[in-house]
Amino acid sequence: MKRLSYFEYRVPKTVEEAIELFESGGADARLMAGGTDLLMKMKHGAMTPKILISLKKIDGLDTIAFSEKTGLTIGATALLADVASHPDIVEHYPAVAEAARGTANVQVRNMGTVVGNLCNASPAADNAPTLLAMGATVHIQGAGGKRDLPLEEFFKGPGLTALRGAEMVTSLSVPLPPAGAGAAYLSLSARGKLDCTAVGAAAMVTMKGDVCDDVRLFIASCGPTPLRAPGAEQIMRGKPISDDILEKAGEIATGEASPITDLRASADYRTRIIAVLAGRAIKAASKRALAR
Amino acid sequence: MKHVITLNVNGDPYTVAVNPSQTLNEVLRENLNLTGVKFGCGEGDCGACTVMVDGRAVSSCLSLAVEMEGKQILTAEGLAPTGETLHPIQEAFIEKGAIQCGFCTCGMEMAALNLLTKNPSPTENEIREGIAGNLCRCTGYTKIVEAIGAAGEKMRESSERKTS
Ligand SMILES: Cc1cc2nc3c(=O)[nH]c(=O)nc-3n(C[C@H](O)[C@H](O)[C@H](O)COP(=O)(O)OP(=O)(O)OC[C@H]3O[C@@H](n4cnc5c(N)ncnc54)[C@H](O)[C@@H]3O)c2cc1C
Ligand code: FES
Ligand code: FES
Repeated sequence: MKRLSYFEYRVPKTVEEAIELFESGGADARLMAGGTDLLMKMKHGAMTPKILISLKKIDGLDTIAFSEKTGLTIGATALLADVASHPDIVEHYPAVAEAARGTANVQVRNMGTVVGNLCNASPAADNAPTLLAMGATVHIQGAGGKRDLPLEEFFKGPGLTALRGAEMVTSLSVPLPPAGAGAAYLSLSARGKLDCTAVGAAAMVTMKGDVCDDVRLFIASCGPTPLRAPGAEQIMRGKPISDDILEKAGEIATGEASPITDLRASADYRTRIIAVLAGRAIKAASKRALAR
Repeated sequence: MKHVITLNVNGDPYTVAVNPSQTLNEVLRENLNLTGVKFGCGEGDCGACTVMVDGRAVSSCLSLAVEMEGKQILTAEGLAPTGETLHPIQEAFIEKGAIQCGFCTCGMEMAALNLLTKNPSPTENEIREGIAGNLCRCTGYTKIVEAIGAAGEKMRESSERKTS
């Protein structure tokens, strides 16, 4: 029976207090949101923090806010389940809601957070690709003050982020999608949505008439971090969406990823499927764009 | 250091001294003897340990007891508090033959309750999505899906009876 080894538990009431505890705890301390990644790693002995700092009692950190002017803000402790069902997110950012709903299972969505999913920095994180495609920004606070970072610069490798020292993510924001834009995220795993994603692709496509004016394309679980596919994006720009061009974009995206073999899928399978999912994600995003 | 917490389980308040490293699963089973809460994988995969916390289904094996101060917890034992009349979900599981060995049942019923309180008339797909985090090695799920559908009907009928 897997039991957790002893640690101390702290419940700060403010972000400032959390950062102070985090700084004084140093390498022995770890922040915890839902704990669905962290506690599992601790049960496996992959992480052995001596001090856990829970973020759950920090007032207002679970806020989800939307305005037609500034877009969407998701607080650090906002639950996956609440992001998945939030009416403004379902209406204005359906791909963000779907990605949250496609993460794990009901129980985990009732405990885990979107920001925790990003901070865990798994290359397979199901909420990352859509938020990357939509140009999200993470809001960071540390002992030295606050800073904002494009999500695109946040992931540094498996389990590694751009967070330094006693920094934490306080929230993330997603700008309003440009006029004529739509986004979509598609993923494949061994068992429905339950197992960790073997290959994922997210796209945000901006349409001008029936021409793809702009696209942002990210491939998940096929490299050390979610990867952007700039070459595939470039070939799509200014072209009508056709099976031919989607196939070409898929081919280029495959070359821009670096899939490996692990227990989720073989490198060979991943290589074949990247092109398919990339094409489908662009197509689905463009359909959404045209329906708006 | 132990933390003294008071949590409400199935309507009754309990005060317990817990280590931060104790999960809610350990405290419910070992301190409070509520063994309807099962322990399967310990990693959030099987759903056997599912309980409701403040009206939402969570995995008790991945929840820290120390975070349960002031929370309302419902376990399968609390579905039929008097032990005389069963909850509609329990009735439906029996009537539809949705129980074989029974190891998954308490967790399944919690996932069903989580679903039916939000969505009283789910489609088959919605039911399957609602119990996607609960494994059953015996039934093949079909009878469980039928039971949850039937439980939804029973719950709708009884709430209509109450309001009319
Ligand atoms: C059964 C099961 C199934 C799962 N399925 C999926 C799946 O399908 N797809 C998927 O992507 N993931 C899946 N996961 C992983 C996990 O549930 C998600 O990554 C979840 O979103 C993590 O959120 P959390 O709040 O629980 O994070 P935590 O475990 O609390 O934190 C994760 C990491 O981020 C750090 N952290 C958390 N919040 C902050 C912050 N504000 N600032 C800085 N650092 C922070 C923590 O220190 C920790 O290292 C699954 C997990 C389980 C147990
Ligand atoms: S024991 Fe908790 S999910 Fe398996
Ligand atoms: S009845 Fe045996 S595991 Fe479900």
